[in-house]
Amino acid sequence: MTTAEKVPLPVGEIAVQMRGIHKRFGLVAANANVNLAVRAGTVHGIVGENGAGKSTLMSVLYGFYTADSGDIAVFGQAATIRNADDAIALGIGMVHQHFMLVETLTALDNVMLGAEPHWLLHRAEAIVKTRLDALMASTGLNVRLDVPVSALPVGDRQRLEILKALYRGAKILILDEPTAVLTPQETDQLFSVLKVLRSQGTTILLITHKLREVLNLCDHVTVMRAGQVVAEMPIAQASMEGLAQAMVGRKVNIGRVESGARALGDVVLEANRLSVRDALNVPRLTNLSLALQQGEIVGIAGVSGNGQSELLDVLSGLLRPASGELRLGGDHFKVDGGLGPWLDPQLAREKGLAHVPEDRHARALVMPFAAWESAVLGYDTLPVYSQGKWLGWMKHQAMQQATVALMERFDVRPRNAALPSNKFSGGNQQKLVLARELGQSPKVLLVGQPTRGVDIGAIEFIYSQLRAMRDAGCAVLVVSSELDEILALSDRVIVMNQGQITGELPISECTEAGLGLLMTTTKPANAATAEVNA
Amino acid sequence: MSAAQPLPRWADLVLLPIVCLAVALLLAAAVVALVGQNPTEVISVLVKGAFGTKRGLSYTFYYATTFIFTGLAVAVAFHGGLFNIGGEGQAIMGGLGCGLAALWLAPHLPVWIMLPVMMLSSMLFGMAWAAVPAFLQAWRGSHVVITTIMFNFIASTLLVYLLVNHLRPKGTMSVESVPFAESAKLPGMHQAMGWLGIEWPSSPLNLSILLALAACVAVYLFLWQTRAGYRLRAVGSSPSAAEYAGISARQQIMVSMAISGALAGLVGMNEIAGVNGKLLLEFVSGAGFTGIAVALMGRNHPVGIIFASLLFGALYQGGAEVAFEIRGFSRDMVVALQGFIVLFSGAMAFVIARPVGWVLFKLRGSATKPATTGAANG
Repeated sequence: MTTAEKVPLPVGEIAVQMRGIHKRFGLVAANANVNLAVRAGTVHGIVGENGAGKSTLMSVLYGFYTADSGDIAVFGQAATIRNADDAIALGIGMVHQHFMLVETLTALDNVMLGAEPHWLLHRAEAIVKTRLDALMASTGLNVRLDVPVSALPVGDRQRLEILKALYRGAKILILDEPTAVLTPQETDQLFSVLKVLRSQGTTILLITHKLREVLNLCDHVTVMRAGQVVAEMPIAQASMEGLAQAMVGRKVNIGRVESGARALGDVVLEANRLSVRDALNVPRLTNLSLALQQGEIVGIAGVSGNGQSELLDVLSGLLRPASGELRLGGDHFKVDGGLGPWLDPQLAREKGLAHVPEDRHARALVMPFAAWESAVLGYDTLPVYSQGKWLGWMKHQAMQQATVALMERFDVRPRNAALPSNKFSGGNQQKLVLARELGQSPKVLLVGQPTRGVDIGAIEFIYSQLRAMRDAGCAVLVVSSELDEILALSDRVIVMNQGQITGELPISECTEAGLGLLMTTTKPANAATAEVNA
Repeated sequence: MSAAQPLPRWADLVLLPIVCLAVALLLAAAVVALVGQNPTEVISVLVKGAFGTKRGLSYTFYYATTFIFTGLAVAVAFHGGLFNIGGEGQAIMGGLGCGLAALWLAPHLPVWIMLPVMMLSSMLFGMAWAAVPAFLQAWRGSHVVITTIMFNFIASTLLVYLLVNHLRPKGTMSVESVPFAESAKLPGMHQAMGWLGIEWPSSPLNLSILLALAACVAVYLFLWQTRAGYRLRAVGSSPSAAEYAGISARQQIMVSMAISGALAGLVGMNEIAGVNGKLLLEFVSGAGFTGIAVALMGRNHPVGIIFASLLFGALYQGGAEVAFEIRGFSRDMVVALQGFIVLFSGAMAFVIARPVGWVLFKLRGSATKPATTGAANG
């Protein structure tokens, strides 16, 4: 499927021309005969699933890897890019998905680091500041320069990274998944800045897997799959469905699946007036109450960092609230002033509460463990997995067989239970976690960011599994910062802002605009909920 | 940003340590040549001294026994995510526990009760000495590296105090206790072999080598076959994932350090009950620190630790032999040789892994030419 060779090159000045790029790691060809032509002054999207080779291609362009074969031309000149210094000298700048900033230095010093214009520090800072002020004024990239990076919000850090690249004279800007860590508002701000930069003649290469962003911003799009370019088109010819299909190689549906009205069952989890304060005594949750019924998916919408994580932790027993009540499967927990019994994760599992945590790498899997060891995490005390009270003799064979069965049922690839957990792709890791948590047929399922960093093909599968759980009578709570996801999955939507519920709607009354408004409103709608409870 | 080929498992576990060792020996040989000695002679004396005679072999095994205990101690703590540098102090306390039990109880109890009691006492003392830093780490967040180092000093001065002021018989000049009663003496290998009718030269090697091997098996079974070991490793690999699974990190810190301390304490069985038959100073003499190198080289696995211990045992014994046999070759050169081995098998292993992987890849590439394209399975 190397249609790339047949696609005619865009007319006009070509900023980046990559021809016949091959790059292999061991026996895996990460890039096979990749051709790419990017016109100057445009935003060029490169989309593809994880492992499709888009990051490898950009790493070749930025000099992290040297291609096995193929050639690169920048602004018409043949270029040899052996390292990042070569790339910068050619006017190529890159903003990585994980920021490359020294957190303890100020924003100004971060820009200056490695490119100090004077040997006296205060002179250098003054020179850099003058240049940066001019740059910020012309691009609209405003960042407070005198504070340490650790004190800057994520959106500011991203702008700082872009500033850093521009300061070094970048005319071609590579952005690797720039919106992965941004709130919707920050994303909008970033896009308006990128549009300004484009109008000023900067060429932008945008690596992403969010198709909506491609359609909103890009002029041209290249789709990669399995190391090759499978489609390339101007944005006018692109559609969401077409791009998704090209990325995955088959037709996918990640939208809403309507099903008939269902009767809801009993309330299986009820939380009342939960309050949480963090280590600095800042309230993270304030008097939050909610109830989950059998056979529904409740979506928690909200901008990240508004108490959703704390809510999940409190409900799963990982975090003891400052005060609040919880009813779960006939048990009653009540904490007041930090005292009183609360759920713990082990007990939660025994009560039929399963939890797919937001942070897959830190919480859900023990990365160096083999898949079968990770697949029993939290359930290792089950008599099928181990026997004996103290040391607990492990039944390795039973664990491995159970893992193989789970991998089969949840289509985890590769089907190798002995492979370390960190060798699976994000989507397959997430499927492994879901397999473990859903495998015990829980009564309540808490899911945080079900598809973060997961490919479209796997998203479709994960959605269908969550719906199947609901249909089987499980009460499902989904926390997601992707509004599309909330709308695709939920039967009922709760909106959170600043640790409080600012709205609660059945899905039929949800609109993107309406939810967006509730996500930013500061008026606690708890007044209404509190009245109901009283 | 390295494009290094990952090594296959067999190469990682077998080939790489051998290559590292070879590089270290080559460099050591170069240094030997530089100081005007004949490298082949030195190395042949070293190998012969360590493995060539029954007596030399016995000494090698005797040293290895102590290193197995301290190496296992470091490894268990490491699997629990902790860097126990206090093997030295825990071993001193183990010896103290062993000696105190022997001094107080041996006159009254038969040997078959005495030996288990001394073993338990060694383990308990080592465990108790590790438990304090563990507690401080678990509840107060004081870093175990710092506290265990400090506890090494406390242990060594505590031993001096007890020996000088309480355990030394009145009127003697040497700082050591009275010899233990006969029932507190762990039989030497020559005695044990004698019972079996095999003649074996007298050496410090004693039955605690069997204890060391048993400890290896026990540690293996604990870490990889039991739920308790699984939970300990989970905390060591990912404390946040363990928390999510409902595993208490504090409890696991206590467990891993207690086991670690008990293993280090068993050094007392080898040195005090097995060799000296009395309590004295300096019987650990750095073995606690050598244990760190042993665990590092043995990849924190009991089997690897056995081999690494044998290597270090051979270096100690062969090195002593070299210093004795070859004129003008000081013991310091042997220490330098050990330094090379620690450097190359520990710190430099990753540097050496790259060329090894490259060579393997080239060899394999020429054997199996067909290449899969576009196989970036996501």
